[in-house]
Amino acid sequence: MTAATDQRKPDRHEQAVGLPGWVWVPAALAFLLIVAPVAGLLLKADWARMPELLLSDEALSALRLSLETAAMSTVLCILLGGPLAVVLARSRLRGLRFLRSIVLLPLVLPPVVGGLALLYLLGRTGLVGRGLDLAFGITIPFTTAAVVISQTFVALPFLVVALEGALRTAGRRYEAVAATLGASPALAFRRVTVPLVLPGLASGSVLAFARCMGEFGATITFAGSLQGTTRTLPLLVYQARETDADGAVAISLLLVVVAVVVIILGRPRGSEGLT
Amino acid sequence: MKRLVTGAVAGLAVVLAAACSAPSQSASTGGGSEAPTAAPQSRTLTVLAAASLTESFNSLEKTFEQQNPGVDVKLSYGGSSDLAQQIVNGAPVDVFAAASDATMKTVTDANATASAPSIFATNVLQIATAPGNPKGIASFADLAKPEYKVVVCAPQVPCGAAEVKIEQATKIDVKPVSEETDVKSVLSKVSTGNADAGLVYVTDVNAAKGTVQGVNFPEAAQARTNYPIAVVKNAPQADLAQKWIDLVKGATGTQVLSAQGFGKPAA
Repeated sequence: MTAATDQRKPDRHEQAVGLPGWVWVPAALAFLLIVAPVAGLLLKADWARMPELLLSDEALSALRLSLETAAMSTVLCILLGGPLAVVLARSRLRGLRFLRSIVLLPLVLPPVVGGLALLYLLGRTGLVGRGLDLAFGITIPFTTAAVVISQTFVALPFLVVALEGALRTAGRRYEAVAATLGASPALAFRRVTVPLVLPGLASGSVLAFARCMGEFGATITFAGSLQGTTRTLPLLVYQARETDADGAVAISLLLVVVAVVVIILGRPRGSEGLT
Repeated sequence: MKRLVTGAVAGLAVVLAAACSAPSQSASTGGGSEAPTAAPQSRTLTVLAAASLTESFNSLEKTFEQQNPGVDVKLSYGGSSDLAQQIVNGAPVDVFAAASDATMKTVTDANATASAPSIFATNVLQIATAPGNPKGIASFADLAKPEYKVVVCAPQVPCGAAEVKIEQATKIDVKPVSEETDVKSVLSKVSTGNADAGLVYVTDVNAAKGTVQGVNFPEAAQARTNYPIAVVKNAPQADLAQKWIDLVKGATGTQVLSAQGFGKPAA
């Protein structure tokens, strides 16, 4: 993108040219489609009962669980996804293009399918889960670990894609210079590559964290739903909506607030890292 | 700004309305070899029913369509509370069959039924275990033992409410590993072997056709659930809706329902 715009000379007249008028109509509709439902939530909210609804035992334990699991999953995403992004961006492996498209799978798959896949791999009768149960007596479904695994599964591509983009934009020039100055690959990676892509890593982590906070389908399929153990905020919304619409709206707004905070934190760096 | 917003909302509504009505039009003009004599007007009866009614209503659908040529019965199953929400929020539906009086009450309270609901069946809980019951789970009290992984419905849905009722009556505190939002999710946790036992309806065990085994327990009778049915207010096909209810409550319906394990309504 940047290369294409660099080739052109800056054109002063460009700014004076307006947009075709019709563009505004679908653009406004698109914007409304995003904003109006959230506005609907705000209108539906029972503000007088809001503190009581948000400070209920159920809501607080779900919030704590959501924050804890999303934080753990984000750390896992960085630890596992970071190196994966480096391999995708820098290595000369054969079939790298194929690998890269596989990594995108959780991004494209419906999370329910991811949850089902995890259940048949790690569930008590699953491929790996059966062995874990027989050998160590470990069962993963219905535990907080299952929530973290679900979230890591769905959020991993967000981190990998953001970081790989940052690595490619940064290029290899500085690393090459470091190498000519006698730095080993490990030293060059630590002192040159990592600081260069730190903004990309940060924005990728924020995106991954946001995805973890919102995870629903894989969690409910693979981990189940129990207060304090597996019932995260989205699961609580889904359940509260059955009987307590006000409660569901209140928790939904809490998630909207989290989302807005994430956008504010992640956006400036995000545009840097992703372009 | 406000004018822009209302204009855009109106525009959106038009687009959505067009999108929603398109399929039915294309469906009626679809077949190229359409004979003008066949099916002068095809009508669609929309029935929302609790998930536990899936097998029974699927079989009644065939009977109804044979008895009423040109009528297509569209069945939609789900958690009762979910379906009730859809109806209260104005889904264009003809009949609602719920899995508890409480859920039907949310609809009648919202003034969204055309007539008073009537009970057409009852159901009781049963313990579902793996086929052959390898863990030897024999009673409701067994479910409170910590060595078993037990899955139940969340208290907000009818099957969960029934379970809570039994817990209160027996003073047995079941510690589930998960509270699912509908009965079929409980069943799948058991049939996939991830839970040792689950509390589901006796009809769900029958419908699972051997992938789980049912264990009766006497306390279940203390939480018998009623299945009410009603014509929805402003039903597009109110006359057909009443016909459907007559079929469900008539001899054929009773036979199909009891074959699935449903009980007869208390007289």
